[in-house]
Amino acid sequence: MPTHDLATGGSPTNGAARAAVAEPVTGAVALAAALRGAGMPVGPDRVQHFVEALDQLDARDRTDVYWAGRATLCAHPEHITRYDNVFAAFFEGRVADMKRVQPTPVQQTTTVALPVTDTDGSDHPDDEDQTALVANASSVEVLRRRDVASLDAEERRQLERLLARFAMPGAQRRTRRWQPDRIGAVDRGRTVRALLRSGGEIAELRWRSERHRPRRVVLLIDVSGSMTPYADALLRFAHAATRGRQRTEVFSIGTRLTRLTRELSHRDADTAMASVASAIPDWSGGTRLGTQLKAFLDRWGQRGMARGAIVVLMSDGWEREDPALLGEQMARLHRLAHRVVWANPRRARPGFEPLVGGLLAALPHVDAFVDGHSLEAYEHLADVVAGRKEATHA
Amino acid sequence: MADDAADHTAPPGAAHAAAPGSNEHRAVAAPDLGSPAAVRDRLADHDYLADTGLSTAIFLALRTQRPLFLEGEAGVGKTAVAHALSDVLGAPLVRLQCYEGIDASQALYDWDFPRQLLHLRAAEAGGVADVNAVEAELYDRRFLIARPLLQALEMSPCVLLIDEVDRADDEFEAFLLEILSEFTVTVPEIGTLRATEPPVVIITSNRTREVHDALKRRCYYHWLEHPDFEREIAIVRVRLPEVSARLAREVAAVTQALRTADLLKPPGVAETIDWARALAALDVHGLEPDVVMATLGAALKYREDQERARRLDVGQLVRQALAEV
Repeated sequence: MPTHDLATGGSPTNGAARAAVAEPVTGAVALAAALRGAGMPVGPDRVQHFVEALDQLDARDRTDVYWAGRATLCAHPEHITRYDNVFAAFFEGRVADMKRVQPTPVQQTTTVALPVTDTDGSDHPDDEDQTALVANASSVEVLRRRDVASLDAEERRQLERLLARFAMPGAQRRTRRWQPDRIGAVDRGRTVRALLRSGGEIAELRWRSERHRPRRVVLLIDVSGSMTPYADALLRFAHAATRGRQRTEVFSIGTRLTRLTRELSHRDADTAMASVASAIPDWSGGTRLGTQLKAFLDRWGQRGMARGAIVVLMSDGWEREDPALLGEQMARLHRLAHRVVWANPRRARPGFEPLVGGLLAALPHVDAFVDGHSLEAYEHLADVVAGRKEATHA
Repeated sequence: MADDAADHTAPPGAAHAAAPGSNEHRAVAAPDLGSPAAVRDRLADHDYLADTGLSTAIFLALRTQRPLFLEGEAGVGKTAVAHALSDVLGAPLVRLQCYEGIDASQALYDWDFPRQLLHLRAAEAGGVADVNAVEAELYDRRFLIARPLLQALEMSPCVLLIDEVDRADDEFEAFLLEILSEFTVTVPEIGTLRATEPPVVIITSNRTREVHDALKRRCYYHWLEHPDFEREIAIVRVRLPEVSARLAREVAAVTQALRTADLLKPPGVAETIDWARALAALDVHGLEPDVVMATLGAALKYREDQERARRLDVGQLVRQALAEV
C-alpha cells in the first residue's frame, strides 16, 4: 500500500511539489505531462478532473495529491505502479532525469497498399498490369502453401497484405436475447403490441428466435526463441483476426505474459506491429509455457475471459520446464474454454511427431491440433475457430 | 410494479436523514461528508472500514456527482461499498446486475403488455367513446415497468449500483455512458424523465474484460486491494461482534497466508468473514488444524486449493501470526 511511504513526506519541500500544492493547475499539468512521458494515456479531460479533485479536496499534502491523481488519472491496475513511480519521481524533483518511454512509436515503414507489380503509379490498370495480376494470383496460390519461415522480404510483404484481408469469425453461441423471426417461438411482446394497434383483435402472431453471437476468441502467441521465424507472421495474423471483431483477445507468451489486445487495436498493421514490438519485453527468450498459461488463467482466464471462449495456442510446444505443469494448466484451460485449439508451425514438417515433452503433455487437453506455418494453414485455422471445419486431431 | 418494486432496499426510517453539523455550502439530503476523513468515519459507523484511497475516491465522487468505478478481485468488498454508502446517505440502493446480453429493456424500462391488454378489454367492455383517448391511455406511466436505471432516476436521491459491468457487452456500455452523462431517459410515448438529483453511482468490475475508456473517463477510478492484516482483523471484529479477538486474529492470519500461497482463487474478505462466522457457529475460539480442515470449504472453493492448503502447516501459521503481535 503506497499510502504509507507517500504520506511520510507531509510537507512538500522542493519546487515541483510546492507547485503542485500552491499552484494546482500548473502542478497538475506538469504531473500529467510526466505521466504521459511514461506512456500513460492522460487526456485533457482527465487532467481537468484531477484539478477539480485537488480543489474539492483542498489538497494540502502529498497524500491528498496522490489519491486525487490516482482516482482521476489511472484507469487500470497496471497504471497504478507506473503512477506510483512517476509520482514519487515528480515529488522528489527527479522528473527531468526520468527515462522517457515512447508511448506508441509510430514507425515510418514502406507503403504496401499498391500491387507489387504496379510500378508506373497509374490508377488505370493496363494490359501489362492485367498479366501482372494474373501472375500475381498464381504466386498467391504458391505463397498460400509456403512456410512463412522461408519467405523473403517481398513475399513476406505480400503475405501481410493477404493476411490483412481476413478477419476471423468465431463460432456462434446462443445468447439470452431474442430477435424477430418468421419462425420460432411466439413473441408475446410484439404480438400484443400488434394486437393493441388493431384494437385488441388477434391479427396475427409474431415470432421470435434466439439470437446468436460469435464466441470470444483468445489467441496465445508464443514469441520465444524457437518461434522467431513465425512470431511476426503469427502476430500479423492476430492483427488481421482482431480487425472488425470486438471479441478477440491476444496475448504473447514466452518468459512473460503480455496482453496485446490494446496494441493490436490500431487499424494500420504496421503501427500495430510497432506498438506490439515495444510492448513485448521478452522477444525470442526462453519458453515457460506452463507458467505463462497459469499466469493467463489466474489473471484473466478464470475470471471469465476463457470461459466459453475458443482459445488458440500458437506454439511449437518447446517447453523448458516440467511438462507436468503445462499438462495441468492445459487441463484447467480445457475445463474453462469451449474449445482449445493448438496451432503448431512445425506440425507440417515432414516426419513431425509430437514428441516434445510439453506438447505430449498438452495434447490430451486439446480439441483440435492444426498447422500454423502458412497462409493456407491460417485460413484453415480461421475455419476451425469459426466451427466451419472439423480439424484433424493429432 | 413500478413504484412498489421490490428491487430496492430502503433502510427503515432513514430517508433524508438530517445532517449532524451540516455542510457549509450545499443543501444535500445527506450527512456531513465534508472531507475524506468524514466519509471514512461515517462508513465505519456503518461497519465498512475504508482506507484513505477509497474514502478519498468516494468523497470526490459524491462532491462532483461523478460515478465511482471500482475494480478489484472478487470478494474484496466492492459491492459492500455501495451498501454501506446507501446506509450512510440514508438513500435507497438500486442495483443493476449486469450479465452477458443485458439490453436496454432489461435495464431501463419495458411496457406491461398484459396490463395494457386488460385495460383495452375493460375499455371495450365499457363501450369506447374515443378511440384515440383509449390509445393514449395505453401508454400511460402506470403501464411502464421501471427497471433499475429508470427506478434510480425516479427515486433520487439514491445509490445506484451497477454491478459487474464487465459482464455486459460493449453496446450496453455505450448505452450506460449515455444515461450516466445526462441522467435523463426519453420514453417516446411519454417524454423525457429526469432525475431531480443525480443518483450516487457505483460501478464495479471484476476485470474479465477491459471496460471502454470512454466510460472510465466519466468516473473516478479505484482499485480495491485485499485489506492488510490489521484492517482485516478490524473488519471481522466489526462485522461479527460474536467472534473473539483471538479467533479474528488467527483467521485473518491464515487467510493472509493463503493469499500468498498461489491458489486458484485466493480468499477475499468475504471468505474471511464467512469462515469466521462458520467457526463462531461451531463455538470455536481458537484455530486448531482439525477445525481448520473441517471448515476450509468456507474459505476455499476449489478442490486443488483445499489440497494445497492441507499441505500448509496451520499451527505454524497461527503461531507466526500471534508472534507478530
